[in-house]
Amino acid sequence: MTIKVKVLDRPIEQVSYVRATVKGLALTFKHMVDPHKVTVQYPDERWDISPRWRGTHRMLTTEDGKAKCVACGLCPTVCPANCIKLVPGEDEQGNRYPLVFEIDEFRCIFCGYCQEVCPEEAIHVGRHYENAEYSRDSFVYDLQRLTEQTHPVCEMWDPADQKGE
Amino acid sequence: MMTAMLFAQVANSQTDPSTGVFIIATVVKMVVIFTIYMVGVAYSTFAERRVSAWIQDRHGPNRVGPQGLLQVAADGIKNIMKEETYPGYASQALFILAPGLAFIPAFITWAVIPFGSPLPTPWGRIDLVVADLPVGFLFTLAISSVGVYGIVLAGWASNNKYALLGGLRASAQMISYEIAMGMSTVCVLLLSGNVSLNQVIAQQSQMGWNALLLSVAAFIFLISAFAETNRVPFDLPEAESELIAGYHTEYSAMKFSMFPISEYANMITASAMMATLFFGGWDIPFTQWDNTGPFTVLKSLATFAMFSSKVLFFVFFYIWIRWTLPRFRYDQLMSLGWKILLPISLGYVVVVASTVLALDYAGVTRGPMFGAVLFGINIVLMGLLLFVADRGRLVSPAYSRLDKRNVDKLRAASVGRSTLPRPVEKGA
Ligand code: SF4
Ligand code: SF4
Repeated sequence: MTIKVKVLDRPIEQVSYVRATVKGLALTFKHMVDPHKVTVQYPDERWDISPRWRGTHRMLTTEDGKAKCVACGLCPTVCPANCIKLVPGEDEQGNRYPLVFEIDEFRCIFCGYCQEVCPEEAIHVGRHYENAEYSRDSFVYDLQRLTEQTHPVCEMWDPADQKGE
Repeated sequence: MMTAMLFAQVANSQTDPSTGVFIIATVVKMVVIFTIYMVGVAYSTFAERRVSAWIQDRHGPNRVGPQGLLQVAADGIKNIMKEETYPGYASQALFILAPGLAFIPAFITWAVIPFGSPLPTPWGRIDLVVADLPVGFLFTLAISSVGVYGIVLAGWASNNKYALLGGLRASAQMISYEIAMGMSTVCVLLLSGNVSLNQVIAQQSQMGWNALLLSVAAFIFLISAFAETNRVPFDLPEAESELIAGYHTEYSAMKFSMFPISEYANMITASAMMATLFFGGWDIPFTQWDNTGPFTVLKSLATFAMFSSKVLFFVFFYIWIRWTLPRFRYDQLMSLGWKILLPISLGYVVVVASTVLALDYAGVTRGPMFGAVLFGINIVLMGLLLFVADRGRLVSPAYSRLDKRNVDKLRAASVGRSTLPRPVEKGA
């Protein structure tokens, strides 16, 4: 079986090696002295992210520093990735609070449903994306870690202001 | 008394040193050259990465140290700490020996390359070359051929078909281009009449650089040097797309990084040879100040700086070419070497030899006049090469060209769809 290679039928009058090389060298030199930097120079510069950016979660707190969550169980129910673990507890006055509240940021798909469904405006997705870790386990954020986050929270989509202006 | 001694020393500084001083000076020169060379090799790997990044509108390694200058150290530490793997059924002894064999020849060549004008010291005048061999040039030719052993052995000892292919390619390529390279340097020897590299430099400082007097030879030498050092566009022994990594497929850790190191070492050595043979070595152009006595420390430093900048330019040129040109195909590489470079360099030797003979007969002394005549001839030859020989020729096309008649028929068919005889329908 013969192998056929399709080659552009270039007019032989236009073939030149040295000149083509010199042209190429000129082009690369131009780029070297005058770089066309088109990307964001990430660690030095950052993009302004949208106010609707859905990133790392944050649990808001009341004035006395306790998580606003009342362990209603809506967010674990709505979560499509099934990544919120909630064990509800109740104190002497009958106030419900989360004994365990964990979000696995690795499994989360950042849909923001948890923020939308929360009746207490406790859990939020945040405008933050740099959450690299050294091990998979450290991606499971517990209640303390969620309340300690300080980044701004996401502004959810508002039907009255569809473009987020 | 003191002044008398001092005067004796000053006079002494322009004469040859005694044997003891010579030995000590040689050892010092070896250590200094080794250090500068190794640092140069390390930083040329870094330069390659930065320059390639700039050419491609990227940044390159710029995080470790200021402007990434400590990246080299980080890489070294990483490579030493990594695990060494040994492929099963590999020929252990040769497998371990090969990286060293690839690296050492590139380094040995430096022994005979002069890197500055003689340095006067209180103990005598020291030549700025580790060993001023009378056969310096032949030595470099011999050693540079040995360099291929490392690659071939690496390919063969790895017990891997891709490695073996890479090694075979390397040997075929080096043999092919060594001939063109040797031929192009014959012209240099015709002019200098001596194989000592110091004499070659002295000749260039009188007549003008060989790059002008022997442009075609310089051009061929440049191309062959690329092939000899396995650099793009002739990096077929390690063509990733065909051979994974070629001869160093099976290598890991420091043994692997010996191969890139030897590549850069070869690159620097080839740059130094290019600078010495064709660009005047340590000669500073447009002045005779640097190559006439009495020699001073300032002159030594200035000529050393000149030599380094020439070498650095060629190292940069290597890098620049690498990020500009695509790789040749293997048959193209062979046709270029055997069908183009070899005949051109042979013919050129004849031209130069006849010119030198004619000029000697005409009684022209070897000086600027002699150089001017050769320069004129070279302008004509370069013009012919670039504007006539370089145009309209393919180096080993990938297919046999279509017959003219067939092309016309196909074109007609694609436009009108009527000139081709229609197939007669059955039963009509
Ligand atoms: S953002 Fe979506 S996936 Fe992530 S925890 Fe909330 S509901 Fe689950
Ligand atoms: S929806 Fe809000 S209040 Fe309910 S469990 Fe989740 S975080 Fe707590």
